[in-house]
Amino acid sequence: MQGLLAIWGRELWAYFISPIFYAISTVFIFILSYMFADMLGQYTQYFMQAAQYPPMMERININEMIIRPLFNTMSFVAVLILMPMLTMRVFSEEKKSGTIELILTSPVKDWHVVLGKFLAAFTLYASMIALTLIYPLILQLYGDPDWGPIWTGYSGLLLMGGSIITIGLFISSLTENQIVAGVVCFGAALILWMLDFAASTFTGPVGEVIGYLSVLRHYNSFEKGILDTTDCLFFFSFIFFGLFITVRSLESTRWRA
Amino acid sequence: MIDVKNLTKRYGNFTAVRDVNFEVEKGEILGFLGPNAAGKTTTMRILTCFMPASEGTARVAGYDTFKDSLEVRRHVGYLPENAPLYLDMRVRAYLEFVAKIKDIPSRDRTKAVKRVIGLTALDDVHNKIIGHCSKGYRQRVGLAQALIHDPDVLILDEPTNGLDPKQINEVREVIKGLSGDHTIILSSHILPEVSKTCQRVLIINKGRIVAGDTPENLNARLSGSQEVSMQVRGPVKEVMAAIKQVDGVRDVKTKTSQADSLWQYDLDIEPGQDMRPALASTVVNNSWDLVELTTGGMSLEEIFLELTTQEEA
Repeated sequence: MQGLLAIWGRELWAYFISPIFYAISTVFIFILSYMFADMLGQYTQYFMQAAQYPPMMERININEMIIRPLFNTMSFVAVLILMPMLTMRVFSEEKKSGTIELILTSPVKDWHVVLGKFLAAFTLYASMIALTLIYPLILQLYGDPDWGPIWTGYSGLLLMGGSIITIGLFISSLTENQIVAGVVCFGAALILWMLDFAASTFTGPVGEVIGYLSVLRHYNSFEKGILDTTDCLFFFSFIFFGLFITVRSLESTRWRA
Repeated sequence: MIDVKNLTKRYGNFTAVRDVNFEVEKGEILGFLGPNAAGKTTTMRILTCFMPASEGTARVAGYDTFKDSLEVRRHVGYLPENAPLYLDMRVRAYLEFVAKIKDIPSRDRTKAVKRVIGLTALDDVHNKIIGHCSKGYRQRVGLAQALIHDPDVLILDEPTNGLDPKQINEVREVIKGLSGDHTIILSSHILPEVSKTCQRVLIINKGRIVAGDTPENLNARLSGSQEVSMQVRGPVKEVMAAIKQVDGVRDVKTKTSQADSLWQYDLDIEPGQDMRPALASTVVNNSWDLVELTTGGMSLEEIFLELTTQEEA
């Protein structure tokens, strides 16, 4: 247990001492702020038009017009672009520098190592996501957004992020080349993402199965404010499976090294 | 303390270590000597539980490296060929991290870090970033890392590799100071290294142990015949005849006369006995002057070359 906490702590420290966290969160917040400002502008324009035509007023909904598109953008930017950059170094760097020999010859169980690294990346991701709370808070100051879908949206974002982190960890444990790990992780995340589009081209059971595997589809219900056990279960089993194969992969480094 | 039986490790078709057997007693310093790619690192990696063996067993401190891997890891300190350092960390923070993953309880951690900093003389740099330290200091941080949990067994892969002579001496002193309480295995492809620090040497080549003994015995065993050279002041012919009379002398050759009647004699002697006292008394009894008397054993370097070339043939 002490080993797990030590690895979590060191890993987190490594993220914060290096420019990784600052660079990634700056890019993330910059993109999102632009999107937010843009959507806020559209919303006020729409609102002014509606003021002259009362029936339009009823259809105005701040959650639908700003928060949902914002969550869409966040999931896209965070998961597809930033996640590979966060996870690509995790095991690759240790393999390259040889510190993996220290970790694997210390009395720490393999799954403690993997869990410690996962928790560190997840903590970092969660703190990046927490920065975006500024947008709903701004809306709260001037309007009256419904906080229910905001909280479910954040839960969905965290669960989906956790799932992609496990993929990143797994891929990073396969290679000592960070660039390769990053590119492959990006590709894998993109494919999981696109499964939603693929699902609509197939009909019948094939389409259903593909649709079920799409992370985007499961995330969408969180975004709408629906907390469905199916979706929660999907993400939890995804994370569990991802961690499991990472532990296995780490074990196999011992056999193959 | 360490008991290795029929250890074999294969990577695909390549056999890195084949059928290796050896034992190490408590408190002993054992040296692995062999050219690059001889299987030294692989053997060490198996002993430290970094990887399992393909065949055979290895027991360290009474635990099986495969079945009780976590226990073995608690009792072993390991310095890999490249010291496993996080270059962006400060020395002290790094050692504290290692103390944590080596399962040292929090109340003893500060003490343990302090102890190894003293032991490896890191006081000057304990607050420096490892990446800014010189190679010698980095190697010592690596050594400190291996020692932090006061392990029974220390496994050091080329501990003096890439250091300058002064640093080599320092590291060697640290290692020597550790013997007694710790059982140590160290590897090297540099001969004086091993003969200076180790009590016993295993010569490994192409995955096999080709010889194993104390550095002195290896010298004696492998120098098929011994050579003695002496300088005597006296009449050449008479000296030659007298020396030939001594039991165990096979042949005598004279070399250049150095000054007036001072001659050098090279003797070929039957192995396994020390002829020097008998030779000395022969010369002195004839009232000639014995100026020099030396034995020329085979150096480890020559043994090493001989062994490895013989295997290759």
